[in-house]
Amino acid sequence: MTTQETIKQTFNFSVNGQPQTVHSYPMKRLLDVIREDLTLTGTKEGCGEGECGACTVFMDGLLILSCMTPICQVQGLDITTIEGLADSTGLHPIQDAFYEEGGAQCGICTPGMIMAAAHYLEHPDSAENMGEALAGNQCRCTGYTRIFASVEKAFEAVGKPLPE
Amino acid sequence: MHIPRKEEEIVKRTISRNDDFRVLQHNIKRPEGIDKVTGKAIYIDDLQTENHLYGKTIRSTVAHGILKNIHFKDGIPWDEFVIVTAKDIPGKNVVTLIEDDQPYLCEREIMHKAEPLALIAHEDKHLVEKALNYVEVEVEELPAIFSIEDSQQNKVTLQQSNLTNEFHVGLKEISEDVWTECDQIIEGTYETGAQEQLYIETQGIIGQVDFDGDAIKKVSVWGSMQCPFYIVKALMPLFDVEETQVRVVQTETGGGFGGKEEYPNILSGHAALLSWKAGGRPVRMIYDRQEDLWATTKRHPSKITIKTGFKSDGTLHAMDIDLNLNAGGYITLTPLVLSRALLHCWGPYRCANTSANARAWLTNSIPFGAFRGFGTPQAVFAMELHINKCAAELNIDPAELRRKNLLQYGDTMPTGQVMDEKIDLDFLLDRSLEKSDYVNRRQQIEQFNQSQKSSGGLKRRGIGLCMNFHGGTFAGSGETHMNSHVAMTLDAKGHVDILAGQVEYGQGTITTFVQIASEVLGIPVEWISKHQPDTDVVPDSGPTVASRTTIVVGKMVERCSQALLKKLSEVGLNKDYTANEFQQAAQAYHNKHNELLYVKVKFEAPPDQLEWNEETYEGAAYAAYTWKCDILEVEVDLVDYSAKCDKFISVVECGRVLNPIIAAGQIEGGNAQALGFGLYEDTVLQEGGMANNQYTNYIIPTTADIPEMDIEFIEFPYLDYGPYAAKGIGELPIDAPAAAVAAAVAHAMGNHFICDIPILPEKIMVVAEQAEGI
Repeated sequence: MTTQETIKQTFNFSVNGQPQTVHSYPMKRLLDVIREDLTLTGTKEGCGEGECGACTVFMDGLLILSCMTPICQVQGLDITTIEGLADSTGLHPIQDAFYEEGGAQCGICTPGMIMAAAHYLEHPDSAENMGEALAGNQCRCTGYTRIFASVEKAFEAVGKPLPE
Repeated sequence: MHIPRKEEEIVKRTISRNDDFRVLQHNIKRPEGIDKVTGKAIYIDDLQTENHLYGKTIRSTVAHGILKNIHFKDGIPWDEFVIVTAKDIPGKNVVTLIEDDQPYLCEREIMHKAEPLALIAHEDKHLVEKALNYVEVEVEELPAIFSIEDSQQNKVTLQQSNLTNEFHVGLKEISEDVWTECDQIIEGTYETGAQEQLYIETQGIIGQVDFDGDAIKKVSVWGSMQCPFYIVKALMPLFDVEETQVRVVQTETGGGFGGKEEYPNILSGHAALLSWKAGGRPVRMIYDRQEDLWATTKRHPSKITIKTGFKSDGTLHAMDIDLNLNAGGYITLTPLVLSRALLHCWGPYRCANTSANARAWLTNSIPFGAFRGFGTPQAVFAMELHINKCAAELNIDPAELRRKNLLQYGDTMPTGQVMDEKIDLDFLLDRSLEKSDYVNRRQQIEQFNQSQKSSGGLKRRGIGLCMNFHGGTFAGSGETHMNSHVAMTLDAKGHVDILAGQVEYGQGTITTFVQIASEVLGIPVEWISKHQPDTDVVPDSGPTVASRTTIVVGKMVERCSQALLKKLSEVGLNKDYTANEFQQAAQAYHNKHNELLYVKVKFEAPPDQLEWNEETYEGAAYAAYTWKCDILEVEVDLVDYSAKCDKFISVVECGRVLNPIIAAGQIEGGNAQALGFGLYEDTVLQEGGMANNQYTNYIIPTTADIPEMDIEFIEFPYLDYGPYAAKGIGELPIDAPAAAVAAAVAHAMGNHFICDIPILPEKIMVVAEQAEGI
């Protein structure tokens, strides 16, 4: 069944704190709803099959892949994208650290990587270590060393110990 | 896992200039960095267009054949579609590059799987995808060849000859007398696979043609690319238009690694053809990952045989190198890749008798093309693994065998080029041995393996060492032929805009240029920007390739900044001015001339540059070389036969380091891609097409696979070619680590060498059986 062989329905959810109503085929990917219907293009498509992590967003605080999530699963939930990470006081500590430490090179994996890193900063117990926490997000430019340095700096900045 | 942060230590062996820099050597942040970390940076698929169509490509599913017909079957409203075939093309159906062999759309003979046959576009993205299933292509299949061997044996002859190019350096052949002078002769054959660039942003172009009545007014494309002016040159003959009628704009580019050097020429042509046929509606052609992997170029597979002769004390006396590349179905950039492979294949060693021959062979595989290193990683893999193999056979430590034969200042390379940089490769080696604690680690590892064996343990460890050089800039007189330009504008408020065709695709072009200009101009980096590459605005400063951006174009940024200051001296800017006075001078210039101050410089070869003979392959192949030594360790698991690299140091000489974080980022990223090349990345070619063309099925290193990397920069005294004695750094790191990891696996496996990469577990299983009798 393709995304179009059904009828459109109405979905209500929030994105970055703003309520949204979208009329869409229920199997349309959350990624496409974010990028096309809401024109929030910070969330990227790298593979379209849940491998690269470039499309990572939060759904009710959970780290999810928006290319693998149909919009029908988002009904009533809260989505946070890269555009919603910084607040009025400035960049999120992870964004700041990526900027300072060279964590972003070409920048295409960066939004997804930052979402995963921000989740890890919030929930250091969610993975055995930093390598595991970020293993679902692939970067072809950095060799990850500067990304590790960025995450470490963000932990320092918020005064949390980095799990060994 | 705790990964401590390292401060890059710059060992100043010599101070070639005044080191009191205001901006250079500092970690200036990327000017585009905030947009990248906040998701505001606009990549091609983020660019909003109106009234657009979505374009798709109908591709060949056979490797070799005659195209008879394309049938558009019932079930799709074809009258709503824009369709382009070869016969629609208004100009020349040839992708302009080196040879005129590749069409935008096949007219008759299909040369490889995935070859573009026709284009379709529709405003409904899902319908255009569905429509591809309603196209039937009628082809008369022809016999096909896929391997270097089949091409060499002429099992099928493609074009006029399967041999696309042949280059030679050094002695015509090594005489029997020379071989007789050797005490030991060691031979090996080394093979590398079709590594995929796997930039995380797929290829994408938006094309739009404007008309003046029925005539084409302007052909414009926007997209992800490395070489905007290559695309200008490719679109002119396709539409039979003048240079001023083509506009190419680079959008933020999500990685390239060479993969976006020449392929965007084809994709730009396709998007623009569809827009032209559609009467000027914008056409979006953004590949999904499967199409990107299926259709685009990869690293040339290689097969290299090396025969070396040594004296009894380990002195290298003779080298005979036979280097072969698989070109694929069209020539693309093959002659240049082959040339670069040849010019790096003898490694950083002195040898009295060298003969090296390089050939590239057509097959019916997908066309291979540019990938970071551009032939060098293949050549360096072969030579460096061979040196490790020789060390094992000669029973000499690999570090000591290298030390005995390292190239020295004043030595002559096989091309006849005299090494006139004051290199000190012994120092490079010593620093690396010290940093990695090589001697102790090698001993400890051998003891560890002994105790594992005797206790029935299933872990083995190995340590591998490699050294290499990389020639920066285009080979020979390529830069003079390129005739690059850089320009700058200065507005009344003192804001400087750098105009160059060089693109940023992660490697730090913008930051580096801004830093250089800031250093020369004595103004804050915030007052300087680099203009988005738009061929209507910026001059052609040559392609963003070949580790040439810093050394060649960066030098022109330096000279252009000086030219700007000279202009300002006309309005009274004195020698020791403040930033404030700079601003006042900018205002004074505008008051006087009432226009934007514009200065432009062109490439100038250094006056003492040595000659290069393109015919005989003799002379100064490259203007400057960079140097590196990698030492890494692997652990091999005899349960699942995996090899994992868990320690990695690199010592790098690349002239003056302009931005330590960006420079280290280049080395770390290149090292990681090289580990992928050596251990994981397996492009499965079935009848020359990528069978595993899914992200899931092509394994690149993740955070879980990459060890802590410890990078150190050293400096050799260096001739004044690049800006502030800097050299290029983009490609150097990817050349050698694949050989180092293969050498480490061989060390772990009791000197059983796996000579074809990637070293997948099934290959380790075979040698483990031989080595361990498992």
